[in-house]
Amino acid sequence: MTGAPLPLTSEPSGMRAWLLSPEPHSRWQARLGRFYLGWRSFSRNPLAVVGLGIVILLILVAIFADVIAPYSPVTGGDLRTQRLLPPSETYWLGTDDQARDIFSRIVHGSRVTLFIVVLVALIATPIGLLVGTVSGYLGGWVDTVLMRITDIFLAFPRLILALAFVAALGPGIENAIIAIAITSWPPYARIARAETLMIRNSDFIAAVKLQGASTPRIILGHVVPLCLSSLIVRVTLDMAGIILTAAGLGFLGLGAQPPMPEWGAMVATGRNYLIDQWWVAAMPGIAIFVVSLGFNLLGDGLRDVLDPKAAK
Amino acid sequence: MTKPLLDVEDLRVRFHLRTGTVEAVRGVSFQLGRERLGIVGESGSGKSQTGRAILGLTPPPGEVTAKRLAFDGIDLQKASKRTLRTLRGGRISMVMQDPKYSLNPVMTIGEQIIEAYQAHVKAGKAEARDRALAMLEAVKMRDPGRVFSLYPHEVSGGMGQRAMIAMMLVTDPDLLIADEPTSALDVTVSMEVLRILDELVSERGMGLIFISHDLKLVSSFCDRVLVMYAGRVVEELEAKNLREAKHPYTQGLMRCLPTLADDVRPLPTLNRDPAWAL
Amino acid sequence: MLDIQNLQVVYGTGRMRVDAVKNVSFHVEPGAAYGLVGESGSGKSTVLRAICGLAPITSGRVSVHGNAVTTPRGKAFYRTVQMVFQDPYASLHPRHTVDRTLSEPLAIHGEKDAEARILQALKEVGLSPSFRFRYPHQLSGGQRQRIAIARALILRPKVLLLDEPTSALDASVQAEILNLLDDLRRRLGLTYILVSHDLAVVAHLCERLLVMQHGEAVEETTAAALRSGAASNDYTQSLIQASQGFTRVAPLPAQAPAA
Repeated sequence: MTGAPLPLTSEPSGMRAWLLSPEPHSRWQARLGRFYLGWRSFSRNPLAVVGLGIVILLILVAIFADVIAPYSPVTGGDLRTQRLLPPSETYWLGTDDQARDIFSRIVHGSRVTLFIVVLVALIATPIGLLVGTVSGYLGGWVDTVLMRITDIFLAFPRLILALAFVAALGPGIENAIIAIAITSWPPYARIARAETLMIRNSDFIAAVKLQGASTPRIILGHVVPLCLSSLIVRVTLDMAGIILTAAGLGFLGLGAQPPMPEWGAMVATGRNYLIDQWWVAAMPGIAIFVVSLGFNLLGDGLRDVLDPKAAK
Repeated sequence: MTKPLLDVEDLRVRFHLRTGTVEAVRGVSFQLGRERLGIVGESGSGKSQTGRAILGLTPPPGEVTAKRLAFDGIDLQKASKRTLRTLRGGRISMVMQDPKYSLNPVMTIGEQIIEAYQAHVKAGKAEARDRALAMLEAVKMRDPGRVFSLYPHEVSGGMGQRAMIAMMLVTDPDLLIADEPTSALDVTVSMEVLRILDELVSERGMGLIFISHDLKLVSSFCDRVLVMYAGRVVEELEAKNLREAKHPYTQGLMRCLPTLADDVRPLPTLNRDPAWAL
Repeated sequence: MLDIQNLQVVYGTGRMRVDAVKNVSFHVEPGAAYGLVGESGSGKSTVLRAICGLAPITSGRVSVHGNAVTTPRGKAFYRTVQMVFQDPYASLHPRHTVDRTLSEPLAIHGEKDAEARILQALKEVGLSPSFRFRYPHQLSGGQRQRIAIARALILRPKVLLLDEPTSALDASVQAEILNLLDDLRRRLGLTYILVSHDLAVVAHLCERLLVMQHGEAVEETTAAALRSGAASNDYTQSLIQASQGFTRVAPLPAQAPAA
């Protein structure tokens, strides 16, 4: 050890000591220790914790939608008496033009939203990561070709390209997801490539090359893990945009098809009654707003933890 | 004894971090006249933080306290921001390790020297220009006129560091703090830079604080040496008496270096006594 | 063991052409330690990188065990030649534990018995098994360099290329690493090629050395000759003088050309 300055605080004890141990005894302890340190700096940011809370709430609501929702999200009540009712004790957020309980629809809509978010993340992130790291690591003509393809996708406005895809594939929630995923990977490829360019000339990559590692092994085992954190941050921050795009497609009638309780489509129906029955459009609008905000706050918090360079 | 140029007593630098408070400098005291003082230590010994604290350049969240921190009778702790600003770069200057990071990349070297000069001395354009050129000549630039209009990335490391010294000495400071001024340079170039620095310091009668990890270099360059370990001065001695160092840390530091003169094998290593850090 | 004939390394073409290494030849016997000394831009590191394939060989011959190396180098080459880098803060993957760093070469070469080999490698470089699951940020500079040495040795190579292995370390840590390298060479019968700007370090570790300047070999000499101050070349002489520390009264010698 070099003559490091001495910390003045007392040693932590118990579980914390185990997690923060400078001498982990197993792979798991080392990994958990890292995770704990990350959590500690994350939880120091109250807004990030609020964001995480919102996202967890969204997940819980989606899982237990059947239990939480008091009414069916699809079949409405009596069209003569229960149509467009304002928020009340029986219908917490009012009813829509089909006499359906808006609260139940929003609760079930969370499933659609989560479905979109998760699928887009699962499709777009790996594509972007792979294209970016391969392009950045190999360089040369591979880089040129892959990056020009990325540029082509980047040149289209997201919603317009998604519209074109949906128009070609036919409206529907699955096609909307594919369309959004296809339009959202290019920025990830860009980020991954920029990170890779910085990493690929570092000594630790040279060292693993000198051990005879194959190119796929270097990219997957050594480059990807380092790009992942900034990508996770970016994807989380993009979630809000993805939800809005999905809602936009739904609003235009190209996403989820009725009677599926999708928030964007719900806002679209509410548009007709915006002046007199404001709650029909406002309630799903608020849901979109809150969830988007939650993802943004979470992304900001994650950035501070995972990507200290980008933080102020 | 004449009044010291710099008087430091019980200087402490603390960093309040999330993981607790770390004291990087723990009660350093020394006085400096118009002489060359070397501060030697390994990484983490607090030598650089000592130099920065004197100039008030401790990075946040650092906190500096001292019983006395006076430059030429001026209390640096109580001095107003304005006074500090005029002192910094005017009467006290600092040369950093790597010229690549301490010169402004989008200004020519000449412009930067002029700016440094005009920030502290009321002078016309022509006068400042003459001063800058004279200064570049003083640091033995072969073609001052050409170097004047070059950008930092167009010069080599040695020239950059000489330009940096020119910029720092243009205001005729009384005290120069040099933090590892030659560590980024090649040996032959660094000897040249040191020779220039040495000449300027003795010509102008400046005080110099030379911070370095290199005991051999410091003891051959300075008059007096402070050896720091874990934020404290463990030993203070005349450079020429280095061979008679008492503290086991200083002795160890000296012995662990391989030399051309004799072939010791294995090299003696330092057994760090925890008591040194107390 | 290692033979370099008329090695030339050129980067770029036309106006951007840089001759990093010009016509350098040397020969290293098995079990010997050979030093490459010079200042920045002398091409000493490039020679090392050309040997292991990190820099292109524009012309000339590099042979190990009498066999000319192929481009790209095969797995067998990497089992014979390994490298230790200058900066221990940059040469370890920041997200990999010591365990992962050391098991990677074993996995690449399909070696069995990883568990025992890792513990053995840690022991060889003087670290206790408690270091096994630490991340690089939990290690000091000297400990990191020990891990880097352990990683280089875990495949049991015959030749170790050392690129300024101690210049990023404190003096006292440098002594420990130099002792370790000295000891390992004797115990494992290794051949070293050491690149350094520090004459004293090269003289300590190597028997023979090559002084380089601006990509060219200036003088081949021995550590013993260096110690006795017998250098025929002016440049070598100025390096020797500079390594003695600052001399105040010395008349200005021929100045090194500032690039």
